[in-house]
Amino acid sequence: MAGSTLTIKDLHVAIDGKEILKGVNIEIKGGEIHAIMGPNGTGKSTLSSAIMGHPKYEVTSGSITLDGENVLEMEVDERARAGLFLAMQYPSEITGVTNADFLRSAINARRGEGNEISLMKFIREMDKKMEFLEMDLDMAQRYLNEGFSGGEKKRNEILQLMMLQPKIAILDEIDSGLDIDALKVVSKGVNEMRGENFGCLIITHYQRLLNYITPDYVHVMMQGRIVKSGGPELAQRLEAEGYEGLKKELGIEDETVGQEA
Amino acid sequence: MTTETKLPFDKEYVSSFSKEMSEPAWFAEFRMKALEQFDELPMPKPDKTKIDKWNFTQFQQHTVKSAPYSSLAELPEAIKALVETDAKNQTLYIQRNQTPAFLSVSEDLKAKGVIFTDLFTAVREHGDLLKKYYMTQAINADEHRLTALHAALVNGGAFLYVPKNVEITEPIQAVFVHDDPQANLFNHVLVVAEDNSAVPYVENYISTLEASATVANIITEVIAGTNARVQYGAVDSLEKGMTIYVNRRGVAGRDARIEWALGLMNEGNTISDNTTNLLGDGSTGDTKTVVVGRGEQTGNYTTKVVHFGRHTLGNILNHGVVKDSATLIFNGIGKIEHGASKSDAEQTSRVLMLSEKARGDANPMLLIDEDDVMAGHAASVGRVDPIQLYYLMSRGIPKTEAERLVIHGFLAPVVNELPIEHVKVQLTEVIERKVR
Repeated sequence: MAGSTLTIKDLHVAIDGKEILKGVNIEIKGGEIHAIMGPNGTGKSTLSSAIMGHPKYEVTSGSITLDGENVLEMEVDERARAGLFLAMQYPSEITGVTNADFLRSAINARRGEGNEISLMKFIREMDKKMEFLEMDLDMAQRYLNEGFSGGEKKRNEILQLMMLQPKIAILDEIDSGLDIDALKVVSKGVNEMRGENFGCLIITHYQRLLNYITPDYVHVMMQGRIVKSGGPELAQRLEAEGYEGLKKELGIEDETVGQEA
Repeated sequence: MTTETKLPFDKEYVSSFSKEMSEPAWFAEFRMKALEQFDELPMPKPDKTKIDKWNFTQFQQHTVKSAPYSSLAELPEAIKALVETDAKNQTLYIQRNQTPAFLSVSEDLKAKGVIFTDLFTAVREHGDLLKKYYMTQAINADEHRLTALHAALVNGGAFLYVPKNVEITEPIQAVFVHDDPQANLFNHVLVVAEDNSAVPYVENYISTLEASATVANIITEVIAGTNARVQYGAVDSLEKGMTIYVNRRGVAGRDARIEWALGLMNEGNTISDNTTNLLGDGSTGDTKTVVVGRGEQTGNYTTKVVHFGRHTLGNILNHGVVKDSATLIFNGIGKIEHGASKSDAEQTSRVLMLSEKARGDANPMLLIDEDDVMAGHAASVGRVDPIQLYYLMSRGIPKTEAERLVIHGFLAPVVNELPIEHVKVQLTEVIERKVR
């Protein structure tokens, strides 16, 4: 089997009664890396939260399916076990739960009762991936994200990605607040995952990340919709021209949600 | 004039019980005096909980007969889980209801002059020490009606004495087993750590069955001499039906440290008072308390550190989880007396409510009569954060397991402080059973 397909059709999403996404269409297949770019306030993070099932976001119409299965009918944990993963912009801190215990619970939740990963195998895997991501091995025994620096949190999200091996991953501004070294490490992790069984949606407003993870498709989001799609050259154009050139081309004055063209 | 309390046990009874236990005259007199004072004394008044309808004084039997355990192999499974049954040279006391049921003191400790025995043996054989420390320095019999009742009717307990300069590293353990539905526990634990000594001690109160309407009136006194260190761990899990008053108090001498780690897991209505008096300059009181309230239970947990000496440090950390329609109240009190300059009183109390009907309250109080001090407090009462659950669930962890992780993590800072590893494990199990 050549990977999974996440299909989003005419997705409308509201938060506190205010519509943020106004008809998003996108399809991500195993083997593909998509990037959604766009300035702040255009609905990028709303899209990622809606796919994962954040409790504050309400899908008012449209559909999300994973290999034909209705994602919107699934609980958050079911979505994850179906193969979705979201690397969050602001991961929660959870006191008293070690990083290792948390990850093992997550892995075992996927594997199911009676098929739990052996502790030795788990530790070996985790150590290997932490080394790959140039993380301090002590972080396995620290409480989940508690007191982690911004960069450590992002690396920890990628560590989870690598440990959980999802079919489709969404990376929500994984690059924000990272220095160049951390950015390289995070990119190395994502590139390691590349393959025909792995599809990825990268959300960013900087082209910088895409120097390290070359996308197959680039989409630009404004006013709660995808307004332009293309190949990697689109990202390069945005880098050269900024969003202003594209706005002029599309006749958009204010790109943020709630401003109609 | 008061109609409410007519004690079921009178002078004649107490006197004959004292004789039966071969208690020395001074101890019998001590009981008598407390019994006389009982009527005049007021009930204690825990903040935020009315206890005038609670039954602390009416019960059927003062003592029940229980058989001792001839070996650890004979222990019921629930008790076996608490102790190391195959350890050699351990120091362990097991009491079954009121009966001293098992005692082992390591040769090493005996040689160093450490005394560890049941309270009645201590009263008979170590009268001088008891006379000096028993309800004289930490808790007085005439503080209120329940301390007087305790002094009059004490029917079990343990005495631990650590001589000067003796540093114990292996924890000393006491297990108080409650397995008779008619048993009432008037249990007294007295720990005396002389100058420059150190001792870790852990106790378990455990019911193996539901009690009928009975009473637990438990007192602990810890006396820490100059530069002594006492680590006191406790896991209380007494059953529904029991009305529980538990008062654990420590007195710290100069540069002494008293560290409490209390897992208060009772099912019965509970009033808990844990106070540390920092008498000596440079002394430290550190209290960590973890509570789970459930069912219809009401629990009121007061943690207090009183600073008398200069440069004293008090730290209170309370974490509680409350579910069903239970009520859980934390009163954290940091009191700095006049003259206790350069002292520091810190406290944090947090309550996590797991259901709509559960009630939680955290009341921080700082009472300060000295200018040159530091003090701080934090308190919160809240529900499980839905964003934390979302994060955990987004990794595939089902909601119930995610909640379990959050609750476990919430209580971990206290649980991890318990000085005996298998008691820690056991407390974790009790918590998981209760919050499920």
